[in-house]
Amino acid sequence: MKRTAVWNSIWNWFWLVLGILYFMLPLLSTLIFSLQKRRNEISLAAYQSAFADPEFLHTFSFSLELAVLTIIFAILLIVPTAFWVHLYLPRLRPVMELLTLLPFVIPAIILVFGIIGIYSRPPLLLTVNKATTTGLLVAGYIVLSLPYLYRSVDLGLRAMDVRNLTEAAQSLGASWPRILFRIILPNLRTALLSGALLTLAIVVGEVTLATFLGLPAFGPYLFLVGQHLAYEPAALSLVSFGLTWAAMGIISLLTSGVTGRQAQIGGGH
Amino acid sequence: MAEQAMPAIIDQKQVTESPLRRVVIWAGVMPFLLFALLFMLLPSSSLFVKSFLDNEGNFTFNNLIELFRPDIFRTFVLSIQISAATAILGGLFGFFLAYAMISPGTPRFLRPLLTTFSGVASNFAGVPLAFAFVATLGRTGFISAFLRNVLHIDIYAAGFNLYSFLGLSLTYLYFQFPLMVLVMAPALEGLKQEWREASENLGATGIQYWRFIGLPILLPSLLGTMLLLFGNAFGAYATAYALTGGNLPLVTIAIGAQIRGDVLHNVGLGNAMALGMVIVMVVCIGAYSLLQRRAERWLR
Repeated sequence: MKRTAVWNSIWNWFWLVLGILYFMLPLLSTLIFSLQKRRNEISLAAYQSAFADPEFLHTFSFSLELAVLTIIFAILLIVPTAFWVHLYLPRLRPVMELLTLLPFVIPAIILVFGIIGIYSRPPLLLTVNKATTTGLLVAGYIVLSLPYLYRSVDLGLRAMDVRNLTEAAQSLGASWPRILFRIILPNLRTALLSGALLTLAIVVGEVTLATFLGLPAFGPYLFLVGQHLAYEPAALSLVSFGLTWAAMGIISLLTSGVTGRQAQIGGGH
Repeated sequence: MAEQAMPAIIDQKQVTESPLRRVVIWAGVMPFLLFALLFMLLPSSSLFVKSFLDNEGNFTFNNLIELFRPDIFRTFVLSIQISAATAILGGLFGFFLAYAMISPGTPRFLRPLLTTFSGVASNFAGVPLAFAFVATLGRTGFISAFLRNVLHIDIYAAGFNLYSFLGLSLTYLYFQFPLMVLVMAPALEGLKQEWREASENLGATGIQYWRFIGLPILLPSLLGTMLLLFGNAFGAYATAYALTGGNLPLVTIAIGAQIRGDVLHNVGLGNAMALGMVIVMVVCIGAYSLLQRRAERWLR
């Protein structure tokens, strides 16, 4: 009996150590690599020169703007719909499940292929100016964020007894914006905040959609830098990793229970 | 829409709906359905339609037949191989790691740490991930240099190449196994201690417990999650493109090239490839949801 216990613990530690090494080694290597821009000396030169490039600031702030637009419009689109389906159209729920699972089935590259196929020629020519192309990109990002955002909102609504809360508010004379903003939204705070952070992390680093729609976002910029420079991309990769890490750290603080875990599975590979 | 009075909440079955009420209720979901139509259903159905059209716009089956042309078919095979390899390896690795993570002997502080790390790593993909692996296992990467200078093992002389099937698989694994950990950890926690105790009281060994109780219960979620990993890798574009610059002919890379310029000289064929990908994904995600439903029977 004791022998198997020892073997069990060796077995477990083997996988734990392997897992931690797999997590850490690429990050450690990237960090070490990024500090070697000056020969025989450890310096932050790669970071200085990466941040000094005005293009970095442009593309990064553009991607942040995209992320904020995506989050705002996704929430405006998803929360009222999920709420409405919950209250009045429960029979629509299977359809909504299917629609929000669809982005899993359509990878980003296929999505952008389809979007370009429709919106880059008359009668729906939208890729000619930056504003409408940006609109298309944000719409694409909303599609990418649908699975986890809709699902976490749906789970949140199920957990809080929308019907009784709404009936109580109605009989006290609350209007529907008031119900949404003062009762439903505050109860969805955790779900929305973690969804928003995940969206932020994914949108800021996203490459595929932005590249093919030809917009100057951070992802394509990072790709371009990688073609020409050696140390700066490593520095920027670490920054991007740090951003994802910060987002996830806050999410796991917010959802310290098991319920939030489903919300962490996004996609943007 | 904010100015509208809210329809009263009535149980659907009790009252026959007035037409006005029905209009108001359906109006509430219209913005979302319109969005889904414009940006999900229309783009994907356009792939479907164009797959059956030739360059002049006439109906044809040729595009679908051409999917089996050796150079096109090869891209599907390669994508499926790399997705299957990373799904199985990443799945097993993630499963063992999740199991080790929730074992009673493991220090408690590792659990939230590994869970958060898995959340980060499963979303850390694309260009930054590719760069991180170049810095690690590229020709001048940290690990390659360490092995060469300290242990005198030159992995590149031994035939390793980061920009190959193996290299890309190692890179994909970085987001594959963490996803498995995220899904499997709650499932493993759902295995009730009582089941184990009951089987031990009846004289079962550890192996028998796993063979007859643990694995059969976990198998649907294990297989289901591996399918999810498969789809995850199958649709990946940015990571592969940033790492190999398009040298590995994956389906996604081929479709990317097709979007950049009509390299196939046949728009329909590009659409047919995309349709082929969607079909693979539908099969894969469909089987995943079926298995997931089965998994929920025991694990609540």
